[in-house]
Amino acid sequence: MTAPSIAPSAPTRAGARPAKTPRRRVPHARAVLVFLLPFGVLFALFYLLPIGYAVYQSLLVVERDGTFGPPVEVFGGLTQYIAVFQNEAFWSSVGRVLAFGVVQVPVMLGVALVLALLLDSPLVKGKKFFRLAYFVPYAVPGVIAAIMWGYLYSPNLSPFSALTSEVSFLSPDFVLWSIANVVTWVYVGYNMLIIYSSLLSIPAEIYEAAKLDGASQLQIALRIKIPLVVPAITLTAIFSIIGTLQLLAEPQVFRSFTSSVSSTFTPNMAVYATSAVPNVNLAAAMSVVLALATFAMSFAFLKFTQRKAEK
Amino acid sequence: MSATLSAPARKPDASGEPGASRSNRKPRAPREKLMSRSAAMIVMVVSCFYFLLPVWWLFVSSTKSREQFGSTNGFLLADFNLFQNIGNLFAYNDGIYLRWMLNSVLYAGAGALIGTVISAMAGYALAKYRFPGRELVFNVVLGGVLVPATALALPLFLIFSQVGATNTFWSVFLPSLVNPFGVYLARIYASASVPDELLEASRLDGSGEVRTFFTIARKLMTPALVTIFLFQFVAIWNNFFLPLIMLRDESLFPVTLGLYTWNSQVNQIPEIRTYVIIGAFVSIIPLIIAFLSLQRFWQSGLGSGSVK
Repeated sequence: MTAPSIAPSAPTRAGARPAKTPRRRVPHARAVLVFLLPFGVLFALFYLLPIGYAVYQSLLVVERDGTFGPPVEVFGGLTQYIAVFQNEAFWSSVGRVLAFGVVQVPVMLGVALVLALLLDSPLVKGKKFFRLAYFVPYAVPGVIAAIMWGYLYSPNLSPFSALTSEVSFLSPDFVLWSIANVVTWVYVGYNMLIIYSSLLSIPAEIYEAAKLDGASQLQIALRIKIPLVVPAITLTAIFSIIGTLQLLAEPQVFRSFTSSVSSTFTPNMAVYATSAVPNVNLAAAMSVVLALATFAMSFAFLKFTQRKAEK
Repeated sequence: MSATLSAPARKPDASGEPGASRSNRKPRAPREKLMSRSAAMIVMVVSCFYFLLPVWWLFVSSTKSREQFGSTNGFLLADFNLFQNIGNLFAYNDGIYLRWMLNSVLYAGAGALIGTVISAMAGYALAKYRFPGRELVFNVVLGGVLVPATALALPLFLIFSQVGATNTFWSVFLPSLVNPFGVYLARIYASASVPDELLEASRLDGSGEVRTFFTIARKLMTPALVTIFLFQFVAIWNNFFLPLIMLRDESLFPVTLGLYTWNSQVNQIPEIRTYVIIGAFVSIIPLIIAFLSLQRFWQSGLGSGSVK
């Protein structure tokens, strides 16, 4: 609430032009404060403070005076970050979620887009039913979805035992994609609805004009609808990227179905495992690296699509 | 973006009627139309099976006795033991499952309710008032949207352990209240749906700013508020890392964490598997009911996030 140089430009304040007194008053300053304070305090305590504290912790190292001396935390500069970059388990977990994201996010959003376009086309009957049916998995928490699919994948308990006895969905080579299927199953309907409601907001006259010009449904979808819902797709893509790097619940649950999921399978699992050692400072450094990577990737993606849209 | 493309001069003739009625235009073969129609429906129905079959399996499995779970077809009902199973689930281990459900309802219900009010107030202030630093505040909040919540779980644990408050209700409840995306949605929606003239009029009537928000603006923002509430509710209900890292005491667990611990004990205690499956089924019912009963709100509010 500082920055005194910026004059509040209140367009509603009509009549006598504001006197140029040095004492500038923000209109309704008290109300603004009342509205912003609760969120501001909680945001500072449970968002900004943890970020700052994680950075602080990541700069410390534990030292002992001799072999049996009490552990003392001392400033260690970037020691923990060097340790993170040398930590092979962490980097293979990053590689794993990147491979996951490169495949799973486009597939999921592609399916969501196709289903949204079909729902929006005149070709489909029973739209209301389909819309809800596709959305049902979103009401299933990741932990529960993973438990459910864990049974569906298991060689002996699965109702698809003819398939699961042939293909081992829980083998080390395959388990990442089995998890990808669980995530896709949960989130396609949610992403579809975001794209679909964006399609609904396109004014109908646009289609009328295109139809009069003899455009087919496919052409309308490709040339008109998809370009107009790019902002919605961008939003879903960013959330999916964030979600992918955060992957935790599904693989953690799969650990009780298969030994192919290691305790450091994803970056967040690596953080959890490292903090349980306990090596809190290293885990904090991992958290910071992960948060920065997520932030950078979603930001870069946002800028990239914006530039493309401007061209 | 739309104005230039519409063609109001031409009389829009009967739209959507298949081929026959529009002889003056290149007629689309009805055969082709039928093909694309059936292809579309096939895609829709197949997807429907993909999305619903696992839930159907979960329902069917939770109606079966332990013996029939392993021995009968997973998609076909056998003897209907659902209520007996639920009774056993609720009785198991002194009713810990009910406790977990109650905890989840409290974490998610109360958390989302308070969180929505807080986000709505902040978003409304950012949309409707001009004050120095407004853009800065908004950009910080937007940055918060991009910070992964799980990256905060560990530092939150460290902070709570500094004040000796880990393994408490509040250690999971309080951090869940903050929802930057809710502020973002509320700001967009308030700018679009709460007219300045209305606020000016209520000012002339002598209503205070805060009162105006809770009476007039709140009503106009209802679809956005329901959307924010529902999605925050789901986010808290699904949250796994924070309770996993914070809580040791079983009686504080949300239902997801409880079922997770049960599921990891299945190899030692085989009979617990039945409870995992029935518990999983029972735990998704409240969310499905909430979504179905509130759908007219969130379906209209959902799209507003992507509108720039």
